[in-house]
Amino acid sequence: MANIISDETIAHVGILAQLELSEEEREQARADMSRMLACIDKMGELDTTGVEPMSHVFPVQNVFREDVVTNGDMREQMLLNAPEEKDGMFVAPRTFE
Amino acid sequence: MSKQYETVIGLEVHVELATKTKIFCGCSTAFGAAPNTQTCPVCTGMPGSLPVLNRQVLEYAIAVGLATNCDITRYAKFDRKNYFYPDNPQNYQISQLYLPICRNGGVEIETKEGGRKTVRIHEIHMEEDAGKLLHDAWEDCSLVDYNRSGVPLIEIVSEPDMRSAEEVIAYLEKLRLLIQYLGASDCKLQEGSMRADVNLSVREAGAEQFGTRTEMKNLNSFKAISRAIAGETQRQIDLIESGEKVVQETRRWDDVKGESYAMRSKEDAQDYRYFPDPDLVPVVVSDEMLQKIRAAQPEFRNEKMRRYREEFGLPDYDIEIITESRHMADLFEVATAICGQPKKVSNWLMGETLRLMKEKETDAQDLCFSPEHLAKLIRLTDEKVITGAVAKEVFEVMFAENVDPERYVEEKGLKSVNDEGALQKTVAEVIAANPQSVEDYRNGKEKAIGFLVGQTMKAMKGKADPAAVNRILKEACKK
Repeated sequence: MANIISDETIAHVGILAQLELSEEEREQARADMSRMLACIDKMGELDTTGVEPMSHVFPVQNVFREDVVTNGDMREQMLLNAPEEKDGMFVAPRTFE
Repeated sequence: MSKQYETVIGLEVHVELATKTKIFCGCSTAFGAAPNTQTCPVCTGMPGSLPVLNRQVLEYAIAVGLATNCDITRYAKFDRKNYFYPDNPQNYQISQLYLPICRNGGVEIETKEGGRKTVRIHEIHMEEDAGKLLHDAWEDCSLVDYNRSGVPLIEIVSEPDMRSAEEVIAYLEKLRLLIQYLGASDCKLQEGSMRADVNLSVREAGAEQFGTRTEMKNLNSFKAISRAIAGETQRQIDLIESGEKVVQETRRWDDVKGESYAMRSKEDAQDYRYFPDPDLVPVVVSDEMLQKIRAAQPEFRNEKMRRYREEFGLPDYDIEIITESRHMADLFEVATAICGQPKKVSNWLMGETLRLMKEKETDAQDLCFSPEHLAKLIRLTDEKVITGAVAKEVFEVMFAENVDPERYVEEKGLKSVNDEGALQKTVAEVIAANPQSVEDYRNGKEKAIGFLVGQTMKAMKGKADPAAVNRILKEACKK
């Protein structure tokens, strides 16, 4: 089954991913997404009756930490990860609400 | 004739849990620290960091679920909610979509007409809070403080079962009480530890179908919630009446202007592309865990009210106010256990405590005086070590800084003067200084004695027993 990815879909996914795509990139993305969907269609052919959806590969559950403060002030190190810093804070593009 | 409309409201209530640390890392949640001093690679969303669930968060969420009659999900998971905003450093929020910890609950509220109704709870899920954005006044940028990022929240999602602002507030009050009694949060709207988003639509009275709803944010007091509901109801009715359509959108309430405006642009597509978080393993709630949490549930308000009536015989009015806050109920119970005088303890809470709370704008849960000190104050008054007037004075200091009344009375020399000689001497002075009042009293003007008692008490700095002053004054005037 051929999957037709519409211009709207490409634009929508672009917005969700916060990507500004050039015309060339759009076409590339369209081709990639078609192939991915084809792969998923193939999986859809499998009979999964009675198979629980799996979100984790390892059979591990209930991993907890106790409610005890273990971290101190790491501001200096954390701010090293900031593209830009001001007054002990991360600088981000201006946002409106 | 104009049409009748019905308002349909559902709430999403976010509650900040009272844990010491964040939901997925060992950073402190203490309020008011300098920006970013309570952050680590996990809560600033660094690649490769690994979140691990705080057990206390799970236990509080289950406790709230049990208190609101929910089914507890025995196999729960976390999911990623994807969106881009600088307060969200991972570009996703860890939340629960597919298997939230609690489902299908409900709480009973009292309606204006005095009836009862159940507001159903669709689900309660655990999630992390976002950071705080500050807008730089000088430069064209925003500054981000991630101290709040990763603070644990539960989101309580109701069904659209409310029909008025009164019902919404009754529901919120009910949740707040239950959660405060559990100690799971202080639930302060003003400080943001309880936040309510209002989903509202209107429909013609009697209609089966719901209208298109909007979601309103930024409501940080019960008054703002009431005003926002009134404002949004009217806005939607006006749209419908003028033949326009209500658009499903998120709106921000501006309480100062008394109006709301649409928050997100169309560009900002509402598609969170949820998927299971691979970093967090499933949570399996065992019978044992559930049993332990169930056993630790406190006595809630209704049970407490019943017990106070039976055990202490207090008036309903007193019971109502005392049990409105777990902290006040605890104060009452401990003080009563020490001094054995429930009515006297209650009188201090109903009288001076409420008066000062109003005057100083203090929340019941922030009362700082200890029950031990209140019991002591009652004993000091009973034993006539201090007068009622002095007791009030001492209480005011206790209210502000929890002083030990016994020590305070000692240090400030506030003990009553029961020395008959000292009283006689002061009375004689007052009589000498106010011949007109003495004359009036002798001529049958009973009221004049009140003035003389007042003068004597003033001269004694409130430390005399008013009854004794009265007696001695009357005797002295007759002479």
